[in-house]
Amino acid sequence: MNDVFSKNKDGAFFFVLGLIGLVVLAGLGAAYYMEEHGHVVTGMTNQIVWGLPHVFALFLIVAASGVLNVASIGSVFGKPVYKARAPLSGLLAIAMLAGGLMVLMLDLGRSDRLIIAMTYLNLKSVFALNVFLYTVFFSVVALYLWTMMDRKMHAYSRYVGFAAFIWRLALTTGTGAIFGFLVARQAYGTALLAPMFIIMSFSFGLAVFMIAQAVMYRWNDLTLDEVILRRLKNLLAVFVAAVLYFTAVYHMTNLYFAKQLDFERFILLDGGIYTMLFWVGQVFVGGVLPLFLLFTARKSGPVLVASALIILGGFFQLYVFLIGGQAFPLNLFPGMEQSSSFFDGVIHPYSPSLPEFLLGMGGIAAAALITVIAAKVLNFMPDDKHHSVSH
Amino acid sequence: MSNDVDNSRRKFIAAGVAGTAGLVLAPGVTLLDMANARPAGEAASNAKRWGMLIDSTKCVTGCNDCVSACGKENGFGSTGHPETDAQWIRKIELKEVKSGKTHSLPMMCQHCAQPPCVDVCPTGASFKRADGIVLVDRHICIGCRYCMMACPYKARSFVHEEHHDQNPDVPRGKGCVEACTLCVQRIDKDLQPACVEACSAGNHGAMMFGDLNDPNSEISKRIATYATTQVRPDLALNTGVRYQGI
Amino acid sequence: MINPAKWRSVLGWLAAALSALLLAGVTPATAHDEHGEHKLIAKGDKCVRDDDYMRRNHMKILMHQRDETMHKGIRGSQDSLKNCIECHVNPKTNSVASSKEDFCMGCHSYAGVKLDCFECHSSKPKAVAGGMHPTVMPEQRSSEGADKQSSQSGKMPLQMQAKQASLNMGEGVK
Repeated sequence: MNDVFSKNKDGAFFFVLGLIGLVVLAGLGAAYYMEEHGHVVTGMTNQIVWGLPHVFALFLIVAASGVLNVASIGSVFGKPVYKARAPLSGLLAIAMLAGGLMVLMLDLGRSDRLIIAMTYLNLKSVFALNVFLYTVFFSVVALYLWTMMDRKMHAYSRYVGFAAFIWRLALTTGTGAIFGFLVARQAYGTALLAPMFIIMSFSFGLAVFMIAQAVMYRWNDLTLDEVILRRLKNLLAVFVAAVLYFTAVYHMTNLYFAKQLDFERFILLDGGIYTMLFWVGQVFVGGVLPLFLLFTARKSGPVLVASALIILGGFFQLYVFLIGGQAFPLNLFPGMEQSSSFFDGVIHPYSPSLPEFLLGMGGIAAAALITVIAAKVLNFMPDDKHHSVSH
Repeated sequence: MSNDVDNSRRKFIAAGVAGTAGLVLAPGVTLLDMANARPAGEAASNAKRWGMLIDSTKCVTGCNDCVSACGKENGFGSTGHPETDAQWIRKIELKEVKSGKTHSLPMMCQHCAQPPCVDVCPTGASFKRADGIVLVDRHICIGCRYCMMACPYKARSFVHEEHHDQNPDVPRGKGCVEACTLCVQRIDKDLQPACVEACSAGNHGAMMFGDLNDPNSEISKRIATYATTQVRPDLALNTGVRYQGI
Repeated sequence: MINPAKWRSVLGWLAAALSALLLAGVTPATAHDEHGEHKLIAKGDKCVRDDDYMRRNHMKILMHQRDETMHKGIRGSQDSLKNCIECHVNPKTNSVASSKEDFCMGCHSYAGVKLDCFECHSSKPKAVAGGMHPTVMPEQRSSEGADKQSSQSGKMPLQMQAKQASLNMGEGVK
């Protein structure tokens, strides 16, 4: 199955590899530039402390755990169509998590202290817990891949698959808790964020999987069976609807609290770019439009367009969440207008800079690089030979 | 007894007294405060809890004595990038929306007893010293800025640029997070924080510093007499900095 | 088939390389001042520990001391970085790390070990004139007596200023 590539395909492969490699290099270069001169060269400030790189990293990490869902449905719930796709899903999970973590670690003020980050752990910090969750995730998924791809280990794939499923739920809960545990900010500090992140991971992860799968099929000149496509797209539609549901519950609950009204007005009405990104980007492009496309699609084309829109909408959603949440000022003295030389009481402006964008793209490219090289070297193509078109 | 012996004894006693007085008085502590001094080699203990009391009714809009003193003592100033410049203390101008009443007060790290920044720090660099001061151990800070997200008072700053010629008593550098240290380098020598000293030197009398655990300290007596509040008391962080007149 | 003779020669080379490496590690790195332009800049006749011990373990002392000072608030130790700088400062540059001529940078640039300390710490000694001195002087130098003299005269104006401050505050009366 692997040596399907013909000679000119090889050339094309190395060309694509080179392109992706260049983007990775650009990302690394941007990280070096930021490290050398300090974060003053970025758009991040003392008011917006986490910027565009974190939006990219958050998407990659959330989608990484979500893309493993496909494998989980196969191993844990025993659906053969999904089981065939499990190795690809595991590979994408590892690749995207690696890409996301790369962006996060390179954005640190002191990236040279990574060893300290791994040896001095404050167990009360959900960040430290996440470090632990991420590292074990890599091992568990790698083990999972081994049980799936090595015939001798097939018997264990069910158990390791179950462990991977539980672990990734813990991981996404941890990621949501990074924000859920922040009591200070009006955008965060709610227990709803943990399950919301899990649902977001389902949606983004499956959308990424659809695109990656389509690229692989196209590269190998194969077409996806329509029945499989229909099941996957229906599942994706359910996830997108669930994300919209969580968004609605989040905002409606906030609207009920008088103290949250100012923040909600900012996001939903007069927050400028954030309001636009919320309604047009997150709700329409990331929610309503893909739902429409998915429910009316008969072929794979609209499904892939919907997946791309979901990914785009996901970036917008995380941008509004992360940066909009920081742009709205902390309210130290409720009921009073505040102003100071440290930007109290005003909406904090943020304009992303080129190094931040390049670093984020570098993360995506790193994930793509890992996926492409692994797919070339090993067999990750979904094996539908044993799938009989069921009715 | 010859006069020589008497004189030499007198000289010895005089030198001894002068030496002791110099040692005791020189760092700027009155004799009565000698009991507070922590000798070299002794660790900070939770017998003390350092805190501040700020009377915002005595703060004036436009007065920045505390802010300038902090910058001067800790070795930072404007670099021309106000959005990324560190600010450990700032004056907040408040205006009540309905009545229009204005007043101002200084805001800095509140040195909470339950600091959110300490809870979230992945490496434990953000920590609370035994005597209540919340500090950043810049040796292990990795610059993730999570504590900045967590602080309800926007007290922390990230160092965005390289710095040179730091105050040897206040090491600070690019890539780490920092905040008001209650002038730990000064209070360990039994001095007042720079902001408090500047406020007194300017005869404003708005800021007071002392040991909250000592019922006989001026600050404790004041808190027991007058109504004082913490900022964001709903968060129940038990801050070390309290305000009058909010 | 690899013949035994060839094996023996390969093994012999490996052994030689390995022993060379081991010897290099075992031989005490007596920091001869002939290496590069490094000069042993120091005041007084001895450091807080033996020279050999310091060469190998100064980083351990610094790391231990930083935790003691930072987390426990223990001040005035002879092992503090400021104390190192007091003795080892290069009088020409007034620093320990500004160039290869200076104490810390001299060895570190030769050894190729990047110095992280002076990103945050000042590599220059504290200005002595009129500056605040700690309540208790920790230095074990022989010039201690002379220091006390100078510190006394330097402190007078500060004492008056501080006294006024505490009077204004009405604080600290016990």
